[in-house]
Amino acid sequence: MINIISNHWQTLLYGLGQTLLCSILALFFSLVIGSLFAIMEVLPNKIAHTIGRAYVELFRNIPLLVVTMFFYIVIPKFFFQISGFAAGTIGLTIYTSAFIAETVRAGIQSVDTGQMEGSRANGMTYWQAMRYIVLPQAFKIVIPPLGNQFINLVKNSSVLAFVAGFDLMYEGNTIASTTFDTINSYLVVGVLYLIITMPLSYYMRYLEKKSNRGVN
Amino acid sequence: MKKLFRNLTVLFTMLGLGLILTSCGTRDTSNASVWQNAEKTKSITWGVKADTKLFGLMDVKDSKIKGFDADIARALTRQMLGKDAKANFVQVSSQTRIPLLKNGNIDAIIATMTITPDRAKIVDFSDSYFDAGQSLLVKKGSPIKNVRDLNKPGTKVIGVVGANSVENIKKFAPKAKVLELQDYAQALTALKSNQGAALTTDNGILFGMAVENPGYQVVGGTFTKEPYGIAINKGQTDMKSHVNKALKEIVKSGEYNQIIKKWFGNVSGFNYKEVER
Repeated sequence: MINIISNHWQTLLYGLGQTLLCSILALFFSLVIGSLFAIMEVLPNKIAHTIGRAYVELFRNIPLLVVTMFFYIVIPKFFFQISGFAAGTIGLTIYTSAFIAETVRAGIQSVDTGQMEGSRANGMTYWQAMRYIVLPQAFKIVIPPLGNQFINLVKNSSVLAFVAGFDLMYEGNTIASTTFDTINSYLVVGVLYLIITMPLSYYMRYLEKKSNRGVN
Repeated sequence: MKKLFRNLTVLFTMLGLGLILTSCGTRDTSNASVWQNAEKTKSITWGVKADTKLFGLMDVKDSKIKGFDADIARALTRQMLGKDAKANFVQVSSQTRIPLLKNGNIDAIIATMTITPDRAKIVDFSDSYFDAGQSLLVKKGSPIKNVRDLNKPGTKVIGVVGANSVENIKKFAPKAKVLELQDYAQALTALKSNQGAALTTDNGILFGMAVENPGYQVVGGTFTKEPYGIAINKGQTDMKSHVNKALKEIVKSGEYNQIIKKWFGNVSGFNYKEVER
């Protein structure tokens, strides 16, 4: 294990960087896109609701690898050039955003309808009520499941290995196949993934505790 | 303090689980004799490629693996264990073949595997059974004519994880960026989607792709020598000597040349007489 780290630390570090970069980009954009579609799903407007629902059902039910391969293989063939890293990150963002949309929707719907009605009765517009009353409560509720999605996202970023995205898993594969030391190579890779996901896991737990303060 | 203690417990439990997982992988299988087992069961389990036209390709119609490697494996099995012996095939990729052999899932690898000094430290090789050389596959009309054309910054070359052609291309065209994909099918799709300027691996495999895809051609001749060997676990000396003996016998009987002709006789641009023995 020490051998692998001392001989290949540069490669591993680069892979770790790519995985982190991909995860952060995908996390940010999937949260934004996911929340937007969640709001669309709960809107009283029929068309908006249908579009939101269709997006979620489509991308929630297609394997991540298929979405990613689509961007890596099909898009360059018919439209424009796209690198493995970009294809992987876009695929991961779209895939995760569908799950985040479902999570956030559940959060919004679990906020008592009286909250919305009360805000409207007090002269707020629908959007004001959404923005200041419903969404803050909804996000508080969905912190634990959202944490799950974030951790899944980091782990799912290993899909980049299939499209030559130079991420941690990809570098792990190349190290394993050049050193033939499969067990230790993947052990190191596993530990490096833990280094990203464990703090994330603990941070989400901390957030959960903090947001519960005053509720119970 | 209590909290720290609890966190530490979680950490140590994880470490413990990790240790259990790794100790499974270190089981030593080199003591069991592959040859004795083969004689007893009248069968040999070979690791072959299933995505490589001409060498080992899964025929979707009858789900049998067909190709040069598979035929040589069948011929060797018959030669070693008699006419009624059975050759079992397990699909491998460039990446999985050595771990599968080491774990004892397969008895030997016959999967377009070049004999290299690095690999010879890990596994034993039989005498070479096919003389390949590394080459390039490009789209017809591509400006890439040989390996030197690839040695420019920004050029992307497609290869396959675990293939030594990837290591070679880093030496011959150090400025090019190498994209390593999972298997040859994926590598070819990536080439078709213009993810790289050329696909590099051994000429035999590339000719197989060119046969299937008329818009693509093999260029630049070969720039390395890639003798293919059959890989056997370290310490399995009687298995190795039986394989070598059987190999000599099928060359002598002319069966080897028949198999060469069967697979490479009609490949345009490839002179099968050169690889006959």
